Parts: sequence; C-alpha cells; structure tokens
Amino acid sequence: MATSPKLDAKIPDGPLETKWTKYRSTVPLVNPANKRSLEIIVIGTGLAGASAAATLAELGYKVKAFCFQDSPRRAHSIAAQGGINAAKNYQNDGDSVYRLFYDTIKGGDYRARESNVYRLAEVSGNIIDQCVAAGVPFAREYGGLLSNRSFGGTQVQRTFYAAGQTGQQLLLGAYSGLQRQVGAGNIAMYTRHEMLDVVMIDGKCRGIIARNLITGELERHFGHAVLICSGGYGNVFYLSTNAMGSNVTAAWKAHKKGAFFGNPCFTQIHPTCIPVSGDHQSKLTLMSESLRNDGRIWVPKKKDDNRPADQIPEDERDYYLERRYPAFGNLVPRDIASRAAKERCDAGYGVGTSKMAVYLDYYAAYERYGKGEVNKRGIHNASADQILQLGKAVVKEKYGNLFDMYKQITGEDPYQVPMRIYPAVHYTMGGLWVDYNLMTTVPGLYALGEANFSDHGANRLGASALMQGLADGYFVIPYTIGAYLASEIRTKAISTDHPAFVQAEKEVNDRITKLISIKGTKSPEAYHKELGKIMWDKCGMARNEQGLKEAIQEIRALKKEFWSNVKVMGDVDEFNPELDKANRVADFIELGELMCMDALDRNESCGGHFREEYQTEEGEAKRDDENYMYVSAWEYQGESQWELHKEELNYENIKIAQRSYK
Amino acid sequence: MEGNMNLTLQVWRQKNSRTEGRMETYQLSGISEDMSFLEMFDVLNEQLVHEGKDPVSFDHDCREGICGACSMYINGRPHGPLQGVTTCQLHMRSFKDGDTIVVEPWRAQAFPVIKDLVTDRAAFDRIISAGGYISVNTGNAQDANAIPVAKENADASFMAAACIGCGACVAACKNASAMLFTSAKISQLALLPQGEAERTARAKKMVAQMDEEGFGACTNTGACAAECPKGISMENIARMNREFFVAEIGTKD
Ligand SMILES: Cc1cc2nc3c(=O)[nH]c(=O)nc-3n(C[C@H](O)[C@H](O)[C@H](O)COP(=O)(O)OP(=O)(O)OC[C@H]3O[C@@H](n4cnc5c(N)ncnc54)[C@H](O)[C@@H]3O)c2cc1C
Ligand code: FES
Repeated sequence: MATSPKLDAKIPDGPLETKWTKYRSTVPLVNPANKRSLEIIVIGTGLAGASAAATLAELGYKVKAFCFQDSPRRAHSIAAQGGINAAKNYQNDGDSVYRLFYDTIKGGDYRARESNVYRLAEVSGNIIDQCVAAGVPFAREYGGLLSNRSFGGTQVQRTFYAAGQTGQQLLLGAYSGLQRQVGAGNIAMYTRHEMLDVVMIDGKCRGIIARNLITGELERHFGHAVLICSGGYGNVFYLSTNAMGSNVTAAWKAHKKGAFFGNPCFTQIHPTCIPVSGDHQSKLTLMSESLRNDGRIWVPKKKDDNRPADQIPEDERDYYLERRYPAFGNLVPRDIASRAAKERCDAGYGVGTSKMAVYLDYYAAYERYGKGEVNKRGIHNASADQILQLGKAVVKEKYGNLFDMYKQITGEDPYQVPMRIYPAVHYTMGGLWVDYNLMTTVPGLYALGEANFSDHGANRLGASALMQGLADGYFVIPYTIGAYLASEIRTKAISTDHPAFVQAEKEVNDRITKLISIKGTKSPEAYHKELGKIMWDKCGMARNEQGLKEAIQEIRALKKEFWSNVKVMGDVDEFNPELDKANRVADFIELGELMCMDALDRNESCGGHFREEYQTEEGEAKRDDENYMYVSAWEYQGESQWELHKEELNYENIKIAQRSYK
Repeated sequence: MEGNMNLTLQVWRQKNSRTEGRMETYQLSGISEDMSFLEMFDVLNEQLVHEGKDPVSFDHDCREGICGACSMYINGRPHGPLQGVTTCQLHMRSFKDGDTIVVEPWRAQAFPVIKDLVTDRAAFDRIISAGGYISVNTGNAQDANAIPVAKENADASFMAAACIGCGACVAACKNASAMLFTSAKISQLALLPQGEAERTARAKKMVAQMDEEGFGACTNTGACAAECPKGISMENIARMNREFFVAEIGTKD
C-alpha cells in the first residue's frame, strides 16, 4: 500500500526524538509587525480553540473567535471530569515521554501517526506548567505538590486532576486567558454565532459565513487562516455523553469544501455511563473513568439473578474484567471494557430493571480507604461500620461530585448500593484529516482538538483528549501556523464583498430558507432520534457488513424524508433553536452515511471499531495490519459520493504487536 | 406516554428584547418522574411543535450541572426547589402529580431577556475580561511543582473556582448583585501564590466593571449563596471586600 499522492503529512525528517525540536527552530517566523495585519478566525472556544485564540493573540495576530453558546466558558470541554495526562514522572514510577507516546499508540491500536503522538507526549509537561501558572487549582498532596491518579490503559500515575471537574478547571483557565485578550482588544469574541460555511478563494480558505443566533443575520468574516476547533461529533448517535449542542456542522462544512475526513467510523464508547432510563432520555451522563481506579465491576454469576446486589454473596459474583484481563483488571482500555460489558449483558447477566447494566462497586474501596484512615489516625479497635464511614469520607473527597450526580439522576444513593453503569457514545477519534502542521487538505484551513483525527488512532486513552486539545492550541499551532502565514504577509485583507463571500452567503441563505419552508410534519428532534437509533444499532459497539449496508440505505431514505417533511417552527430572522437544530441534524445525517461507509471499508477490528466478522476465538478485536494499517481520508465528491484516500502508517519506533491487556 | 404525572406549567413567553412578555399556561400529561426538568420541557416543546406553536426557548447544553447554561427561575427560586442542583439536574421526582409549576427567566437589569427564558449574561464575561485572570503568556511558565501550594489553600481555591457562572446568585438577590460571582473568581486567584502579583489591581478592576454593568449593591442577605447550585460560600464576598479594601488603601499612598 502506498500513501495517496493527495495526502502529504509533512512529517519532518530525522529521528523521532528530535523532529519537533528541529522543526520548531527551523519553521519560518512571521515578524511582529506583520503579525498585526494577519487575521485568524478560530471556530470554537473549548480547550483547543480558547488556548489557540489566546496564544495567537498574545503573539500579536488579530484573532476573531466564535462559539455558539452564550459564553466561551460553556464549551463542552467544561464537562470533562477525570483528568489530563502528562509525562511529568512526578510519581517516580517510571513514566517518560517515550512511555506516554508508547501507551497512546498502543492504546489507539496502532492506527495513529507516530510523529504527532510523540510531539503530543513531548509537550504534555508544558501544559501542566502553563495551567498551574494560569491559576488552575489542581488537586494537591499535603506537601503542597501536585497529586496524580491512574487511568485506564496505563500502569503509571500520570493523570492530573481537579476533583471530578478537571475539564471545568482547565477550560476556565484557558477562558480567562482568552478573556484577557478580549479585554485587551486583541480578540474579537463572537458568542451565540454559528459558523455555517467556509469561504474559498483561489484554492485557499479565506473566511467564513456565520449566523448570529440572536438576530438570525448572516455575517461574512475574512481571515488569512481559519482554525476549526469545533469539538467532536458523538451526537450523531443522538444519545451520547456530549453536550446537547455539540455538533459536526463546522467540520462538515469544511469537509464539503475540500477538507478530507479522517477515520470517521472511529468512535469511542465509554464503559461507565449511567444507563438509559426511558424514551424521554435526551443525553447520557458519564461516570468518570477514574472511578474504575477504585471501583470493581461485576455481574452475578447466575443468569437473570434478580436479588439486590447486597444479597449476592461474594462467590456468586463475576468480576469479569479481573477474570479476563488479570494484568490490567478494571483498568483495561475503554473499548475493551465496553465490549466486555455488552457481552455480559447480551448473554443475560445484566442487572437493573432493563438488564442492560453492570455494577460498579465501591464497597472494597470503602474498606481499604477506611483501614488506611484508621491507621493514619491511630484508632484502635475500630468497628467495621466506623471503617466504612471513614472510607466513604475519603471516597467523597475524591469523587464526591460524581456520586452526587449519580444520586441526582437515578434517585439511588451510590454510597449505599453499587452504581449501575452501561457503555455510551463518548468521543470521536475520527475528524478532519490534518498534516503535522494541523492543516487540513485545504490550504489555510486547520483543525484542532477533537475536531481533527490526529492522535488517538482507533481508541483514545482516558485523560488524553484534554491533553491533546491544549497541546494543539497552546503549543503546536502557534508554531506550525507560521509555516503558512509567513508566505501570506503580502495578502491584504480581502473585502467581504468578494463574489466568493457573496456566493457562500447565498448558499447558506438558500439552505436555511429551504429548511424553514418545508413545513412538514416531524420535528428536527424526531429525525435526530431516528438517525441515532440507526447508528447505535448498526454502527455502534459492534458492526457487521450486512448491518452497515442496511444502515446506509436507511440513512439515505431518512435524508430524503427529512428534506421533504421536516417541520421547523419559528422564523429565520430571530432567535430560533429549532432552526439551529435542523441545520445540525441535516449535517449529522450526511455524516452518518460516511461513517457507515468507512466502517464497511475497514474489514478488520481495531480499537473502538469492532467488526463482528473479525474477532479472535476469545472475542477480542482482530486487526489486519497487512491490509488496514492506514488512515482513511475521505474526499467529498458530491451527494453520497466519496473517494477514499489512504495514508499509510509507518511504525519505526514501536514494535507493533497484538494488543494485550491480559 | 412514559409516566403518569399531570402538570400545569406557567411559562414566561417573550418574543424578543423589544417586545413585552407574558405568562402562558400549558397542560402536560404523561410525565415520568425519571425525567429531568429540561426533558419535561422537551416534551412540552415537542407538543407545541405538534400543535404548530412556537416552542419555548431556553438555554441549556451540558445537562450535567457544569456548563452553567441552564437558568430557569422555578416557583420563585433560581434552579427550583432543591439545594445544590442546577435546573438540568432537577428531576421530576421532586414534583407531584397535579402540581402547577411557574417558570420564569432570570430577572436582572444586567441580564436582559433575549427570548422566553433566555437571557444575555455577557456581563459576566466582561467582568472576567476586566481582571479575572493571571497575566501569564503561553510559554512563560516554570515547572508546575516549583511552587508548592498548601493543600488547604489549593482546596479552598478550587471550591471558589467551582462557580459555573450561571447567574443564579444574581437572580436570587433582591438587588441583583453580582458579588458572589465576582468574589468567587477573586478568591480563587487570591488564594494561590500565582495570583499574588496582580492581586490588588484585579480586585479593583473587577469590582469597577461589576458596578459598570448595572449589578446592584450587596446587603449581605445571603440569598445568593443559599441558591448557588455549586455551594459557593459567602466567605468569598468577605475575602473580596478585604482585597478591595487593601487595594483602595494601596492606591492612596
Ligand atoms: C462527559 C465527558 C467527560 C470527559 N472527560 C474527559 C477527561 O476526563 N479527560 C479527557 O482528556 N477528556 C475527557 N473528555 C473528552 C474531552 O472533554 C473533549 O474531547 C475535549 O474537551 C474537546 O475539546 P475541544 O476544544 O476540541 O471541543 P469542545 O470543548 O467541544 O468545544 C467546541 C467549541 O466549538 C464551538 N462550535 C462548535 N460548532 C460550532 C459552529 N458551527 N460555529 C461556531 N462555534 C462552534 C462550540 O461553541 C465550542 O466552543 C470528556 C468528554 C465528555 C463528553
Ligand atoms: S445545562 Fe449545563 S449546567 Fe445545566
């Protein structure tokens, strides 16, 4: 297999360890005076967008940033719970840049690009330094130094955290940097704005069309470069742990204007989420993976066992992760833990009324922590109950907000009964294809954070998305964008009266007018639900050829129906969430089709992509490195038409192996 | 139909900031107690769309109590009857069959209504822009463990930083004061050695911006902290007043 001539990853030459250092000291620079006349548009102000916008503004570029929420502080990154990885080796447990790199490549089931991942591991430490300096109150030990925890798929403690609210604290840190630049007049912030198209002039990306969500007005914005930092597209499944507004629209518009879409089918299903409680369900809530550190996952050994958890004796419980994967136990990577839960539930061992759940049990942790406290405090003859209470207090300090959330949602007290959990759609490894510079296949158009496909291969390890978003924004794009902008210093700002802007705006306008004038019988929400069901059933945790082929037909039919029968209430020229939703659902439908095509193309199982036809006798994913060690990059060629380009993956620094956590 | 609760909803409807609003009454049935309050609104909106009526606009995003978008004033209380819970985390099991529930937007001069239950809270962002940060450019930082921070200070800083910027404090206050919000940010940074250098300037600039936005004065009634879904404490206000006082003295000499 050879890489398609249309894909140049621009990986610097030389040994892995020196690529980035050498690149940084040789990449063309833009002098400060020229920076002031170069304009950069940033779509999205989550971790990736906020850190990029703030840093680029600090460097002197003129920045415009956009988000659809009423404030940049509300981006979906705010919801991240568990933590952020960095190869600091503060715990002296053998961590290193190489080990973080290795874990990430292996965790991604050997489907990520070595050079990018190594760079990610290299800058990971700087991220923590930066965040602490910006006032992020990470958890600390009594000595005043930073605390770490471990996360799935690794055997070292390299995860930094702030209770169960790490994303919130990191985002508020990046947001304060962003607001500082807004206050200084270096960033123009456009909240409640949705990007609805990119504008291309002479083969380069030169701006965007955005809708002011309050007035409904369409606006044209010029930029020498545009960064898509719009997050992931997990909501294509309708139910996911993503925020309600998370969408693919910005990335999808970029895709339709020429940016290839990488590995669209690589979706992460997170093993520990609160199970669905009924048809009204609008979203699913994650219970952080960090809970697997201390919690033990089990189901009854007997099928259809209806006894309450506390009446099932120890020897009648099946701690199936510990049984199947003794080396990693409850800390196996997400894809493996998710499939194992599905396997047990499908086989009839599930718990709860729906039987589509497994237990996450903290009893052992209460006892262990309780005994620790008893020793620390020198309490003699502590009663079993006293130990339990002390243990619960420790757990409360570590995970209190998560336990409260569980109680609020389910009405059950997780300090008294084990939590019930089930896998749910959580993260999308796929996204816009980018080269080493984070540039898409469209010159001047970049993608950062979850919106790109880059670092996580076929499965992301926990606590790596926050790291990647901030790496891209704080430490990568500020350098790599110079490679492009250095040759743009002579490009004067282009008037937004240019025919390309006029045309792009007209297209957006036509589409909106069309949506609102269909006046059919079903709400955008109803179509979203239908799409989600097709995707979950046929392109979810397990996929097969027949199901995927059916799904493609069903999605095409759904698309046809949507465009002739959707009912969008309200008007174009006003605040209209129904219209916003319709716009997003229309794009999700198109994306869904591509995801199924991608899943169908990949005749192997790897990471989160599990094709039932390709598994080992023990039910583990069976990769096919000979034929599928590539990134799929899909080029849009017209309605329901794509061409597949392949980027061959070369592993020069890692010996590829069958992934084993046994 | 998933549940068996019947409810009467009285909801504030307002087309935009230029028109007057009014309360509208809706009947809902088949509500399940496992639904969240916002899922109950989803049901209402699907029903309205079905009847060819304009659905109710409301802000929401994460539906996990962390983004601070949701902001309903329910039966006279921001985020409804429970303590420590945002609107999106409120569940219908907190209500009973036959209840009448009154839902309004945040009411404050500094938070004008955009539509229905949606208000403009950009004033909060401007307060942060005025000084709610540490001026450290990317790349300026030293090793993260170079400055130890006493655990109790780090924890207290985190507690203040847990503010989600929803504005319930303003909505709860009879003067629509933003002291709790502003003081939470000032406290977070004042409790950390990293925030030391700009400490006095920060307090002054943020307070000045808060006043400029048209938020009211604080009379120490404590309604803000009582209604805060994240338990942000009144101590922050006391700390802010100290910081501000020091800043004022500082500028006199
Ligand atoms: C519940 C949950 C918990 C998680 N926990 C962790 C964790 O512990 N550790 C970890 O590493 N990762 C975690 N993740 C993953 C991680 O949070 C995300 O991958 C990451 O935050 C994405 O950041 P981002 O900046 O790429 O995008 P986002 O934070 O999603 O931001 C997207 C931005 O784009 C804007 N936007 C989108 N479309 C448009 C448009 N068309 N026009 C204008 N603006 C637009 C939005 O307004 C927003 O500002 C978690 C994810 C979830 C769902
Ligand atoms: S929707 Fe995010 S806090 Fe309620």
